[in-house]
Amino acid sequence: MSHLLDRLKFLVRDQETFADGHGVKLRDDRQWEDAYRHRWRYDKVVRTTHGVNCTGGCSWNVHVKNGLVVFEMQAHDYPETRPDLPNHEPRGCQRGASFSWYLYSPHRIKYPMVRGRLLELYRAEKALGKDPVEAWRAIQEDPRKRSSYVAVRGLGGFVRSSWDEVNEIIAAANVYTILQYGPDRIAGFSVIPAMSMISFASGARYLSLIGGVPLSFYDWYCDLPPSSPQVWGEQTDVPESADWFNSSYIIVAGTNIPATRTPDAHFYSEVRYKGTKVVAMAPDYAEYVKFADEWLPVRAGTDAAFFLAMGHVVLQEFYIQKEVPYFMDYARRFTDLPMQVMLRALPDGRYASDRFLRASDFADQLGQYSNPDWKTVIFDELSHTYRCPKGSIGFRWDEAEGNWNLLQEDASSHTSIVAELSALGKPNIELVTVVFPHYGKRGEDTPTLMERTVCVRRLQTKGGESLVCSVFDLLLAQYGVLRPGVEVMEEDERVADYTDPDHCFTPGWQESITGISQDVCVRIAREFAQNAAATQGRSMVIVGAGTNHWYHNDMNYRAIINLVHLCGCVGQSGGGWAHYVGQEALRPQAGWLPLAFASDWYPHARQAAGTSYWYLHTDQWRYERVHPEQLLQPAAKASYRGHTLADYNVVAERMGWLPAAPHFDRNPLEIMADLEREGHSTNAEATEAVVTALQSGELRFASEDIDHPNNWPRNLFVWRNNLIGTNAKGHEYFLKHLLGAENAVLGQDDAGSASQEIRWRERAPIGKLDLMVDINFRLNSTGAYSDIILPTATWYEKNDLNTTDMHPFVHPLGAAVDPGWESRSDWQIFRHIAQQFSQLAQKHLGTRKDLLALALLHDSPDELGQAIGIDDWKKKGTRPVPGRNCPRLEIVTRDYTQVYHQYCSIGPRLKDSGNGAKGEHWEAGQEIEELLHINGAFPDHGKAEPPRPSLSADIHACDMVLHLSPETNGEVAYKAWRSLEKKTGLELTQLAANRRDEKFHFHDLQVQPRKVISSPTWSGLMSEEVSYNAGYINVHNAVPYRTLTGRGQFYLDHEWFLDFGEGLCTYRPPLPTLAVHGLPERFDTTNGLVLRFLTPHDKWGIHSTYHDDLRMLHLSRGGPHIWISERDAESLGIADNDWLEGINENGAFMARAVVSQRIPEGVAIMYHQQENTINVPGSPSTGKRGGINNSATRVIVKPTHMVGGYAQLAWTLNYYGPVGSQRDSEILIRKVSDAQIHWLEAPLSARDEANLRQAVEDSQ
Amino acid sequence: MKVRAQFALVFNLDKCIGCHTCSVTCKNTWTNRRGTEYIWFNNVETKPGIGYPKNWEHQDHWRGGWVRKNGKLQLKQGGRLWELMTIFANPHLPEILDYYEPFSFNYSHLVDSALVETAPVARPVSLVSGRTLDKIEWSANWEDQLGGTYKTRSVDYNLRDVPDSELLGEFEKTFFFYLPRMCNHCLNPACVAACPSGAIYKREEDGIVLIDQDRCRGWRMCISACPYKKVYFNWESGKSEKCIACYPRVESGLPTICSDTCVGRIRYNGIMLYDADRIAEYANTENLEDLYEAQLKIFLDPHDPEVIAQARLDGIPDSWIDAAQRSPIYKMAVDWKIALPLHPEFRTLPMVWYVPPLSPMGREIHPKRIPQSAEEVLPRLESLRIPIDYLASLFTAGKHEPVIAALTKLIAMRAYQRSLHVDKRANLEVLAGADLDAATAHEMYRYLALAHYQDRF
Repeated sequence: MSHLLDRLKFLVRDQETFADGHGVKLRDDRQWEDAYRHRWRYDKVVRTTHGVNCTGGCSWNVHVKNGLVVFEMQAHDYPETRPDLPNHEPRGCQRGASFSWYLYSPHRIKYPMVRGRLLELYRAEKALGKDPVEAWRAIQEDPRKRSSYVAVRGLGGFVRSSWDEVNEIIAAANVYTILQYGPDRIAGFSVIPAMSMISFASGARYLSLIGGVPLSFYDWYCDLPPSSPQVWGEQTDVPESADWFNSSYIIVAGTNIPATRTPDAHFYSEVRYKGTKVVAMAPDYAEYVKFADEWLPVRAGTDAAFFLAMGHVVLQEFYIQKEVPYFMDYARRFTDLPMQVMLRALPDGRYASDRFLRASDFADQLGQYSNPDWKTVIFDELSHTYRCPKGSIGFRWDEAEGNWNLLQEDASSHTSIVAELSALGKPNIELVTVVFPHYGKRGEDTPTLMERTVCVRRLQTKGGESLVCSVFDLLLAQYGVLRPGVEVMEEDERVADYTDPDHCFTPGWQESITGISQDVCVRIAREFAQNAAATQGRSMVIVGAGTNHWYHNDMNYRAIINLVHLCGCVGQSGGGWAHYVGQEALRPQAGWLPLAFASDWYPHARQAAGTSYWYLHTDQWRYERVHPEQLLQPAAKASYRGHTLADYNVVAERMGWLPAAPHFDRNPLEIMADLEREGHSTNAEATEAVVTALQSGELRFASEDIDHPNNWPRNLFVWRNNLIGTNAKGHEYFLKHLLGAENAVLGQDDAGSASQEIRWRERAPIGKLDLMVDINFRLNSTGAYSDIILPTATWYEKNDLNTTDMHPFVHPLGAAVDPGWESRSDWQIFRHIAQQFSQLAQKHLGTRKDLLALALLHDSPDELGQAIGIDDWKKKGTRPVPGRNCPRLEIVTRDYTQVYHQYCSIGPRLKDSGNGAKGEHWEAGQEIEELLHINGAFPDHGKAEPPRPSLSADIHACDMVLHLSPETNGEVAYKAWRSLEKKTGLELTQLAANRRDEKFHFHDLQVQPRKVISSPTWSGLMSEEVSYNAGYINVHNAVPYRTLTGRGQFYLDHEWFLDFGEGLCTYRPPLPTLAVHGLPERFDTTNGLVLRFLTPHDKWGIHSTYHDDLRMLHLSRGGPHIWISERDAESLGIADNDWLEGINENGAFMARAVVSQRIPEGVAIMYHQQENTINVPGSPSTGKRGGINNSATRVIVKPTHMVGGYAQLAWTLNYYGPVGSQRDSEILIRKVSDAQIHWLEAPLSARDEANLRQAVEDSQ
Repeated sequence: MKVRAQFALVFNLDKCIGCHTCSVTCKNTWTNRRGTEYIWFNNVETKPGIGYPKNWEHQDHWRGGWVRKNGKLQLKQGGRLWELMTIFANPHLPEILDYYEPFSFNYSHLVDSALVETAPVARPVSLVSGRTLDKIEWSANWEDQLGGTYKTRSVDYNLRDVPDSELLGEFEKTFFFYLPRMCNHCLNPACVAACPSGAIYKREEDGIVLIDQDRCRGWRMCISACPYKKVYFNWESGKSEKCIACYPRVESGLPTICSDTCVGRIRYNGIMLYDADRIAEYANTENLEDLYEAQLKIFLDPHDPEVIAQARLDGIPDSWIDAAQRSPIYKMAVDWKIALPLHPEFRTLPMVWYVPPLSPMGREIHPKRIPQSAEEVLPRLESLRIPIDYLASLFTAGKHEPVIAALTKLIAMRAYQRSLHVDKRANLEVLAGADLDAATAHEMYRYLALAHYQDRF
């Protein structure tokens, strides 16, 4: 029946009923149902993902209708896992599902935008007939002109421009900066290449070609766990999420799996059905607690104490009371526990642990004549002598290859050895008193020493008689383990039972710190270890930002790593340490590195340590009130006593431990030009002259006078991230010093005057940057404070590659629709900037020589820098030795007119010199030849000799990465394993032999994501037998860790580690930063509460992304909010949804209260990076817009992270270096009544503007 | 016997991670338009909490669902006569603030702003009135993760009979879980019965309940009649709308969007056969606590030859009978009895069922009951943080036994699996204690833990 008739017959329906009228049978027309069917229809589906730092790497189907993206849903077609594991589908989350909103949102960047003030100035100069570079010069060299746009950053006033015009301005600024200050004054900040690696590579490649500085980010985020390079020589290497399903005991501490590992959380919930026990350690009742069998409500920041106490129980019960063979064997082979350590006699007759014993300490060097300083020693149970086992770092760089392995063999005789763990009960031992630093004593702020008894041997070394013991014997003493035969030395050092609250590291002691009952600690320790013993290591600890963002993050983590090492879990399926923060696993690394850092054209590239860079250039160091004296241990040698935290950074830079950016107090092009003028024609001569100038002090490091205008960063590119709204820890300092913008810094900047190494300038710089360029698809804080915003393609509008540590697939980003409005992909944006730059370079730059000062990198022979002691040339007045105790100095000749051509094609170096990664190296000519066929040549018209594979399109760049990487090209995998075989003397090519014929192309991935091929770039296997887990080939194939000892290290013997009390892991409480005490007196602090300020990752955003997405705002609270406990709220008279102000010396923010029982007293949780662009009123304390959570933070750097040139302790981009820790801080929380709320929307007044401009001009 | 096929769902709350991907993908497809801004066909609530719309479970207030009066079933809001009397002023309708006032922000100001005194901000704007909002007071998910004081959340209907419930607001006693909700596509839908226009119908072929958008006159009697408050008023079109169980997809053999995109992999779709002649009889079961078992009885065994024969006579295609035989819903609801209906006391015979949450376990409530030896590392039922009374209020009209039986099976499955993987010996005793055999335990494990796509849908 037709629908029309149905309507007419409304009162006489054609229907029958049944079940007493509860069932009805209709015969109506149902054509109307097509309405919803039409809504479901679409024209095509394209596979892509979200290039956001979430570790997801999820496969999404984007549905397109009438040329518009209508909705997205997850794909289910991942390659299947093994039959006994759940599959990965459907990976995704609520945030990703709402991404399409951004494509058409009202704050999409549609056109190139410039702050109107700047554009007016530029056009006026151009109208006078100036060339672009001269026009830029005219603006920069007139303080009035410069301040007119610098001082109003962040206050609006953007106008639309064109691509041609903005590219010209950017290129002109770069050319001017290179001429005036040097290319190392141009920096770029982009993050997490794994999430869209071609887009990252675009800007990094451009910067590398012009000599600019790509900055590290993973360390700056504090997502890098420094403990990982410290212990394993690996940046971060973790099990894929599917491996959780192989575990039978999981402790989760400080990572909110359902909220932040959303696509992976099902493995966590599902493995419980396999009988796996889950223990959740969390100060609040976080979402991951919902899935736990037990909740350990630990006091925030004290997790390490619990894990150390677990270690105490494990050592006591599983190593001493009963010796579990699996654990003992594992400890001998894969950890440094049997390595021998020398003791240092203190003046009072006690001892402190010192450096590792080396082959070079023996008269016969134990038969090792190459790198004997870098070869550590064990005591062999078979021969009862000291022997040099294979595998330490010295063997890695020996000319005679084949001894870098973990076979239990003596390196000289190749005979079997059995490394002794403990000397106790053996002949010729002595018991001596060794002191260990103790930072966790109740009621005491300052570190003390605790005395413990250690059994040692006396040894005649080259340097005289020495006391020597194993790391294991040291560790047992430090953990306070009761050992038959050692119990009594002195009455007060009697080793206590588990319950003693004053004795480290007993369960009773931890209870006084963490608040978790000692019985629970003992029980969990036993369960964890027994499970590991029964399953050969299938016990796992999953950790994340909640534990890693603290100042002493490495102590928090090493406490856990010690535990999983003691239980033989590392490198075993379902076991080990699983740290998930940041999408660090860029699987096809070897093919990506040359693309990103242009090593196809130049052998060396500038890179810098993000934390050092921002700490110094945003002048946070000037406010630093944490002094190293508070942190040194009482028995430290402390040869830098009196140095500030920033001073340690300067020392590290001059020794080549950390990179310096800019390098020197002069333009590196000018340095070279002068040297050439002076007749130093060869590079070797020039380098020698630089060394002489450094020694004499004629040439100085830029950081020694960091606030001098010559040393300011001048141009900054920000792309693929939100520097100002997300990453700017110390947000207000960025606004003030770097940008010269309105800010709310409240504290005093006088602390920096204590510096021993940095020239103190009374007046701090305001507004260092001449130009900040943001590349973005939405208007966020970074765009708001930039001078130019370039519209970029979204993740549904470009082609790119994506990988993650959470799954083994390489995944594409695919263009479902064309870039919206005038946007372009990042690859095309930088390509066009390069084109404009090359044109301007013809007149202004031509070919120049550039001087590079490079840090001593890990995975290169430079990691063998200073083996014993610290050789500070400046302190000693000796001549610096580049590459050993001074940066490696390299000279590069750049043809600046060729930047565009170089950007768009693969340079000659790969074919000529081969390729590699992580210390391995192989021939790549065949792949380059094939790429010429795959990509075609560039230029595709005219002549280029010889022809070079094109990179002009994004897909070309994708295919370069895929074709050159062992993970995505089976033939390259074979070559890479061959390289490692030679170095280790082990048989390894079989690990990927079955996939030698496979080659992935971009279009293959669009059809289905593919599981990568096992490669020596990674320590786990991508096989069909096991899930990926870190350390697998180390434990199963005897490949050494890339550390000093070649083993997982409990002990770090570098002098600075010993000075700061972290040779062995110890408990260090959260730092008292007193951030609220630093408020000026005019702030009344009595009407609020001082709370510990925790800023974990949120459920409704991935960092700042999605926090402004309308869907997520409907599902949360419609703007920034902060969680506090019911009790704290009650004491301040705060009701749910009241406005609150958070304030300390760093600044102030506004947010609404979420009052909840799940938050413990004394803590405020503000899920991070809810920007102040959405729904934030003025702050009563500052009279300005309320800030963001980072308005109340500031980073504090840690000297031990600056150690370099020392095996695994060597700087490499995002691998090791100071981390931007901001967690240890407190805020004052107070209520702001609705009547006090002001939205501050008036136009900028002349008076306000004059003040802002004056500040900028005064500091020029 | 009148055999009908019903499209049905099970949500495993024990696995729900509360991510709301289900809600977002549903909204993007179906309610991403003017008039529906506040409408979430699918939403996820944090329990304990009052939910969306506020306090929807309190039928003394909203008067949704059915009641038994003089032995007869009747809509709680009143009969036909009452409906006619109140048709222009339905007293039980939720207002917009019972959901929330939908909002957007003046985003374009961020891009367009002239130079201003301090950083430009996008302020909230009502999507109903267009006015700037001083403060956002509520949202679609205000109580997420226990947001809000216990005092406001403890109005939760399910806490009414929990002993010492006032103590549950303490930090140490904290627990929560997520409750995803959609239209239950009930066998005895109150919305259909309440519609004065006859615009709501239950599709004969799959049981999906739809509101004919041509026929709907916007009387909104369905909104008040639905005890789950899963019918909404589109203020732009002036008609009521509700979850359509993604029929354009289901008809093509695809799962619903919320199920397809469920990242926690908690959702199962399947076919159930039931005896439509007995709806009234079972919905009219006298004792509220017996309603769960009554609804179980209405389901027909798809392997029973008699049922199959009748199903064919009633026009059910073989492919649907086959689907009913493979139905994960049947396994969980009927075979294993680990899935339970939501508020059976509303007497609508809902067809979205729930596996109750096993977690969180806890040490605080009964610390002595935590096993002491490491051989027994998994907690027992007694250490569940969620009071059984609370779960029983949600799923069994207060009856403890079915909830305990379901949870016991889950715990036994875990313990059995642990014995296989860690102890390397099969602990059959623990299965016997939960009335399970090894084969069933393996099958449960396959569906709950491995949960492959082909087994979920």
